[in-house]
Order: sequence, then structure tokens, then C-alpha cells
Amino acid sequence: MAKYIFHDHGGDGIDRRGFLKCMAWAGTGAFCLLQGGVLKSFSLSRLPRNLAALKGELSFVQISDSHIGFNKPANPDVTATLQEAVAKVNALPAPPAFVLHTGDLTHLSKAAEFDTLEQVLKGLNTQQVFYVPGEHDVLNDNGEQYRQRFGKETVGEGWHSFDQKGVHFIGLVNVVNLKAGGLGSLGQEQLEWLEKDAKRLKPSTPIVVFAHIPLWAVYPEWGWGTDDSAQALSYLKRFGSVTVLNGHIHQTMQKVEGNITFHTAMSTAFPQPQPGTAPSPGPLKVPAEKLRSVLGVTDINFIRGQHTLAITDSSLQD
Amino acid sequence: MRNLQVFSSATLAALLLLGFGLSATTLGRPAGPQEDSNDKYRIAIDNFSFTPASLTVAAGTTVTWVNRDDVPHTVVSTEKKFKSPVLDTTEQFSYKFTDPGTYEYYCSIHPKMTGKVIVQ
Repeated sequence: MAKYIFHDHGGDGIDRRGFLKCMAWAGTGAFCLLQGGVLKSFSLSRLPRNLAALKGELSFVQISDSHIGFNKPANPDVTATLQEAVAKVNALPAPPAFVLHTGDLTHLSKAAEFDTLEQVLKGLNTQQVFYVPGEHDVLNDNGEQYRQRFGKETVGEGWHSFDQKGVHFIGLVNVVNLKAGGLGSLGQEQLEWLEKDAKRLKPSTPIVVFAHIPLWAVYPEWGWGTDDSAQALSYLKRFGSVTVLNGHIHQTMQKVEGNITFHTAMSTAFPQPQPGTAPSPGPLKVPAEKLRSVLGVTDINFIRGQHTLAITDSSLQD
Repeated sequence: MRNLQVFSSATLAALLLLGFGLSATTLGRPAGPQEDSNDKYRIAIDNFSFTPASLTVAAGTTVTWVNRDDVPHTVVSTEKKFKSPVLDTTEQFSYKFTDPGTYEYYCSIHPKMTGKVIVQ
């Protein structure tokens, strides 16, 4: 059933009703489909029967916020839930072309934590994993260790781009050199690189941008946004289809703004509260039997020629 | 039932006030420098904020930050005067302020978190 926008106050293509509807499925699994510019959403329990027909020519998976090393009550065994996420990916009907990890691989940037993350992800039934760092991966050394291990092919602080089946992927870093009082930051050097990287592409090229902290103002009061994201997105305005995938907030959210679809993924480690519903964005403690319903992975499918992008969030419990 | 709840909250508040009063008295007594640095000049990192966000001390005072959150934080001077290592839960960092002035600082991991120490 298509959902229509009743009040589009922000002029951003999503109203409060639609936003809350998408949010209501956070954790239980949501399926959002962009078709001809209209966002249609389904709960996982009421998926269209022809879902298999929606399979695109490129499918990949996003996982995020594994926080290896975290051991507090919100989830005393984050390695186990990451292993479950890997099993979930391996159980997909068709193996994904690759996996994107959108940062916070570790909790404290310790070598042993990176070791564990690497070991567990070796179990993925896929060719390759692409990374961007989270703020927890660049503690103490501004990301030196992270880049040596997970960002060998990257430029600057760890940003990079690559092409897969005609889709252009751009991994951005917005977690280093953060300024007092500010939000996530890309910085001038990276913005210049991005402008150059995008300039050579045809407007018909589908673009996927992935970065740790959201590139839209989800909730600046909690630091959930990026100071110079507007400039970065201005370089992508001329493209027909842009998808921005983020982590950091440990819950799913989606927003459509013109040609750009923003989406955040669940964590594989612990949930965080919905914006403004708690004194701080610290780890949200849920009953042990509910934990796996608020952790998960995101599966993304492209269908060329139909202007269709399908993003499916599934919890570890689904 | 509702009245009873209000009454108990009021009692609790009164007890809390009494508790604060008592600890203030304890602090007011002559104490060794050790005890001073443990209590008066301690800044709690809790719920992604520094408490108190502004602290005024005399020159020569050592201030200690303690992380009480479930996530790591740092204490970094905006003007690069001091920088803590990453503080995990319960870990602490101390810095001795020798010169008068206003020292602004933030958490480099969550830069929305800011505070200042005013040294007189």
C-alpha cells in the first residue's frame, strides 16, 4: 500500500506521519522502496509477494557499529551478535556482491578489537568488505592503525571511491579533526577530492555514498549530523539517483530529499534511543530477549532502468 | 494513592536535601589537600555532558575528570593546552591549572560536549 505525504512542511518529501511509520518498524525490519520518486513502505510481515522479482542486478549489504570490545549490560557479547549478523548475510537467497561496514568496527580502537572484527568478517560469504571509520576507530592515533589495516586503498584520512556494475560508490570520513561544539566533519581537503571525483561521472550514474555519521541533520543536539554535509551533497545534485548510507545512530531512519535517499542502519552491537527520548544518546538497555530485535543488517538492491532502489532492514531476530 | 505518592516524593526530596546539606558540612571542615582534590575539583562526565560545565578554581588547583558513561570520552583543551587519553568507563584524568585564565575544553569524540575551567 502506497503512503502519501499529507504535510510536507520541510519540503523534503517526507512528513511526520510517514517518518513515524518508517520509525515504527525500526528494529522489527522495514522494507522501503523508492519507485518513480515516491517512497512506498511495507512492514516485513506484509511484504509484497513478488519480492523476488524486485531483485536487482547488483545487491550488497551494509553492516554497521559492531563496537567490538564493548562489554556493558546493553550487550555483554557484541562478538556473538556480529557473528549472528554474518550468519544472517550468509543466509541471503543470493550472496551479496560485497559488504559495506559503515564504521565503529571497534569500541576503543584496540589492536585486539580490530583482530576480532577481522576474524569474524572472514566468515562472510562475499568477495570483499569496504570500510569507512567511525569515531571509535580513530581514537588516540587519528585513524593511523585503522587505515593501515582497513583503508590501504584509500586517500587522505581514509576516503575512497570505486565502481561496481555501473554504480559509483563513495566512502567518506566524517569522524576526524572534529571541532569543539561541532558535529561530524568532512573537511576542505575531502570536499575538494569529492568534487573532483564526482565531476567526471555522467548524471545518469547511480551514486551510493557511505559514511559513519549521518550526512543529514538527524538530531544535531546529540551530534547526529555533519557540519559540512550540505556542500558535499551539492556536488551530487546533478545525478539522477543518489543513496546515502550511514550508521552511528544505531537505529534505522529514512528520508528522501529531492534526488537523494538517506538511510541509516541498525548496529550489530547495541541500540540507541530515538532522538530526544532519553537524557543522552548512550547505549539503550533493552530486555535480553528483545536485544536481537533491535540489531540487524541492511540489504540493498539496484534495478537498472526502473529507477528503483530497494533497501531492506532485517533484525537478527527476523 | 496519588496523594501518597506525592508525599513520598516530597519525603525523598527532603531526605536528599538533608544528604546534600550533610556532605556540604563535611566539605566545609578543614581537610587535607588530598580530600579537596577528590571532591571539590572533580568534574563528572555523565550522560554525554561535563558536570559542572563551568568550574572556577584558584591557580595551582588540580582538576580531575571522571567518566561515568557507558561509552568512552576525552577531555581536550580547545587551545591545545591539555589532552587526556581516551577515558573508558570509570577512568579519570587530572590536570593542574597553574596560570589564571579561562580554559575551554571538549570531548574530541563527541564534540558537542563542551565545558570550561576558570582559573583565578
